[in-house]
Amino acid sequence: MPELRNLTLNFGPQHPAAHGVLRLILEMDGEVIQRADPHIGLLHRATEKLAESKPYNQSIGYMDRLDYMSMMCNEHCYVMAIEKLLGVTVPERAQYIRVMYDEITRILNHLLWLGTHALDVGAMTIFLYAFRERETLIDAYEAVSGSRMHATYYRPGGVYRDLPDFMPQYQTGKFRTEKEASRLNENRQGSLLDYLEDFTDHFPGYVDEYETLLTDNRIWKQRLVDIAIVSPDEAKQLGFTGPMLRGSGIEWDLRKKQPYEVYERMDFDIPIGVNGDCYDRYLVRMEEMRQSNRIIRQCIEWLRENPGPVIAESHKFAPPKRADMKGDMEALIHHFKLFTEGFCLPEGEVYTGIEHPKGEFGIYLVSDGANKPYRVKIRAPGFAHLSTMNDMVKGHMLADVVTVIGTQDIVFGDVDR
Amino acid sequence: MSNVEQLTDLIRARFGDDLTSCELSSIDQVIIEIPVDKMLSVFEALRDEPAFRFDTLIDVCGVDYLAYGVAEWQTDDSVNTGFSRGVERITNMADELQARPGRRFASVYQLLSTELNYRAIARVYAQDNDFPTVQSVTGIWKGANWFERESFDLFGIVYEGHPDLRRILTDYGFIGHPFRKDFPLSGQVEMRYDAEQKRVIYEPVSIEPRVLVPRVIREDSRYSGDDDAKEASNDA
Repeated sequence: MPELRNLTLNFGPQHPAAHGVLRLILEMDGEVIQRADPHIGLLHRATEKLAESKPYNQSIGYMDRLDYMSMMCNEHCYVMAIEKLLGVTVPERAQYIRVMYDEITRILNHLLWLGTHALDVGAMTIFLYAFRERETLIDAYEAVSGSRMHATYYRPGGVYRDLPDFMPQYQTGKFRTEKEASRLNENRQGSLLDYLEDFTDHFPGYVDEYETLLTDNRIWKQRLVDIAIVSPDEAKQLGFTGPMLRGSGIEWDLRKKQPYEVYERMDFDIPIGVNGDCYDRYLVRMEEMRQSNRIIRQCIEWLRENPGPVIAESHKFAPPKRADMKGDMEALIHHFKLFTEGFCLPEGEVYTGIEHPKGEFGIYLVSDGANKPYRVKIRAPGFAHLSTMNDMVKGHMLADVVTVIGTQDIVFGDVDR
Repeated sequence: MSNVEQLTDLIRARFGDDLTSCELSSIDQVIIEIPVDKMLSVFEALRDEPAFRFDTLIDVCGVDYLAYGVAEWQTDDSVNTGFSRGVERITNMADELQARPGRRFASVYQLLSTELNYRAIARVYAQDNDFPTVQSVTGIWKGANWFERESFDLFGIVYEGHPDLRRILTDYGFIGHPFRKDFPLSGQVEMRYDAEQKRVIYEPVSIEPRVLVPRVIREDSRYSGDDDAKEASNDA
């Protein structure tokens, strides 16, 4: 009788279902996985070390590039850490704008997750639908920050600028007729808030469309139900947060439990799962999109009626207005100091965590009183979730690895940092 | 938030001398410092006892305090020269190290109780600066596994009792611990493809380190509440 031994299989690092550069070493017994050992770090850019070598305000852009699918949420956590240590209060309008953009970001992230997860599992159509709606929201990013992805919109003390009154319009040209342009510009006639309201009117219907494609789909259920079941106790032991934890049936959401900004004024529900399998986590995320839609609507309503400043008045950390600099010497000096040396934070340490679309995103900041952080630790939700890969896939089939990567919602920008 | 004060009192009352310190920072965060030999028993009690129930370990973070409080450009006196960009990076590190025996490396734990909605920051200093060692908490929170590997990789802090302490983020065959303060930002080696040898080769970095914005520490209290914040952490 020949000697039998396990087969070691290399998955990635360049694999379309690996969501970036994940290398998995899989020890297989036939088609059953005995052990999974993820090798990460192929996208490691030492963001934390880079942040230590730059003034505080120059690292906001790095935060966008961590989890490059939920850019503004990363920024939010970082500027919140700075604000806490400075003891700054953010103007109310800026808080609403932040909450609104956090939720837009959540929808953006979940749409990408949905599209790629379904694509990995074998459903192509949903990917195209999800990207259609992402386009609308990315345009909202662009309208407010000038950048489609890496916005750098949140600043210590508020946000960079107020919401625009006009949306950019599609132009006619060689490849676009007048008729086509006016169709595309239909929802861009008013302000950004009108544009977003139009989106929130339609979005729940779109989510219904996605659900008709997937929720009761026989293949989808066969691939997701009872795959990678995580019990509530195990989920806590493994350090799960966000939708992963809620999928296991634990009612924990920082927006409700430790509310930041104006989340305590928002009316929304927290969906939780029952079985803790991939299918429940799918349902949780789908419902989260609907709830985010509700929050956006409430923010739009408030923002329409309450104009005001969007960044703190103190020029010790927030730059003065360009117009002021033309006539005011002090404003010019403030501007010069801020953009050369930056601002110093009082000595101390702070941890802030926010409810990021993927889980708890945290920044642990140590300051020794200098204009650069002494240590920035980025607590990336994806890192904690990917570390449980072995526990989640053990005993499953090879094809289920792809489902588990999808359900963990891994983005390598934030796993590798 | 009065329940943070309550938590501070509870921790003080329960552990007392087992902790080096337990304080409430000015921004309402509970910061406890635990000696290495007590850390496992304290963490286990924090996880299991009904008054704390810290069921989730959010993060483990290595910190290198080597250059803490060291500025690259002293601005106490007025001088007639500016800041040189090619400045030699913090030269007095050795002195700093002497002044801080057993206080160079720390492992910082972010604890969360989802049941009681508490947070706490726990810090453990490694006693030996040359071979920093702390206990592994993987036996208490399974999720600590990768966080400890990361801290080992980037700072060289050894977690005793860790089941699989390998490098995680750096390249295969990497030498050194890149997040230590005496490791240059530009690194030690660079790699490129050599067309003659037909393989990727490593060689010492060719770029010179330079500082674009000097690190300065301003003593002037520009901000309100500065004095409170200073008390937040007396870990220097």
